Amino acid sequence: MGLLSKKDAQLITDPLADNNPITIQVLGICSALAITAELKASLVMAISVIFVLGIGNVVISLMRNIIPSKIRIIVQLIVVAALVIIVDLVLKAFAYELSKTLSVFVGLIITNCIIMGRFEAFALGNGPWKSFLDGIGNALGYGVILIIVGFFRELFGSGTLFGIPVLGDPIAKTGLYAIGYENNGFMIMPPMALIVVGIIIWIQRTKNKALIED
Amino acid sequence: MEHIELFFKSIFIDNMVFSVFLGMCSYLAVSKKVSTAVGLGAAVIFVLAITVPLNWLLDQYLLQPGALSWLGAEYADYDLSFLSFIMFIATIATMVQLVEIIVEKFSPSLYNSLGIFLPLIAVNCAILGGSLFMQSREIATLGLATTYGVGSGIGWFLAILAIAAIREKIRYSNVPPALRGLGITFIITGLMAIGFMSFGGMLTGGDEEEAPKETKTVTVKTAKENKEVLANNIKGIK
Repeated sequence: MGLLSKKDAQLITDPLADNNPITIQVLGICSALAITAELKASLVMAISVIFVLGIGNVVISLMRNIIPSKIRIIVQLIVVAALVIIVDLVLKAFAYELSKTLSVFVGLIITNCIIMGRFEAFALGNGPWKSFLDGIGNALGYGVILIIVGFFRELFGSGTLFGIPVLGDPIAKTGLYAIGYENNGFMIMPPMALIVVGIIIWIQRTKNKALIED
Repeated sequence: MEHIELFFKSIFIDNMVFSVFLGMCSYLAVSKKVSTAVGLGAAVIFVLAITVPLNWLLDQYLLQPGALSWLGAEYADYDLSFLSFIMFIATIATMVQLVEIIVEKFSPSLYNSLGIFLPLIAVNCAILGGSLFMQSREIATLGLATTYGVGSGIGWFLAILAIAAIREKIRYSNVPPALRGLGITFIITGLMAIGFMSFGGMLTGGDEEEAPKETKTVTVKTAKENKEVLANNIKGIK
């Protein structure tokens, strides 16, 4: 990474693991759970959040000296809402089916706590370039979890990845299904998302004992 | 009748936490003690009951395609629905601020118990989610919108109360160290959500005709999947 100094690089890599927004900071859970039944939806959500958080952090950071602290929450909400409207309109124009699947959850990026959390904790106190890296890093950390959860839920729930069957055909009984494998329909349902995230947290904390709460 | 139906539906079947995962951030962060959970839950009911009807009016008379026709025939073609996110969130943020000021002025004791939670609520997804679901489900009247707001608020209140009670007791259990705190809370919430899924057939009473009408919404889809899984399970047993 010749382009980034070591400190800057850390802004991106830290949230990927040891300071992950979902499993450690507990931010932005809502959308992480609701839309991860399909890998494609998770990926689109991750990209949307990367866009909104990256740009939003820069905008807030540029305005940090002129926002009166009393009304900062409203200002932040308006900035996010404007960016989310862009994402929503782009999705509706180029991926209409997908935007139907995501339904209100695109709108709910506005109140995704990751975004407000990073604005409050980072962008209000740092310059635009650093804020940009922080935003991208945190959104990537969020996206990684989303994609992991989406991967397992779609693979075990419907036997497909990105809608392409990978385990054979359940009706014609080919591939794995020939030896008696069945899709676990439970994985598509919302409660399993919580349990999958719970297990990810479990594995992460078993590996890194420093993260254990008491 | 439809009020009662919507009320119970929004509390149990479309529960904000267990079926659509809204307001999870504050749900996880503020559920360590029952007393604070009650405070936040009450604040959520209060704010949802105000903002959902208010946003219904906004949606009906300003944002929907053709909503501006009350201004005159030449405005009838306007479609401002792309502005709904920004209008809804602005309404919510200003209402929360207003409620905070009014409560502080007239009832200091209520302010002391609710006050610290009110700023948290502006960024609670359950509040914006309530308004967005109200819009996407095309709730018909102002009265129904109010019922929906109050019902969803009570559903959220129940959820946070239940998890706070469980978390207070779980301190005495022997949880694996790596799962302590956040991990076990996730898994318990998952199990509770599975429990809440059993309310799915409560209002339709097994009436197959009712369900397909609303396949547009996220939660009804889960109810349908629910049935598929049940069917699969039954097949397995056979």
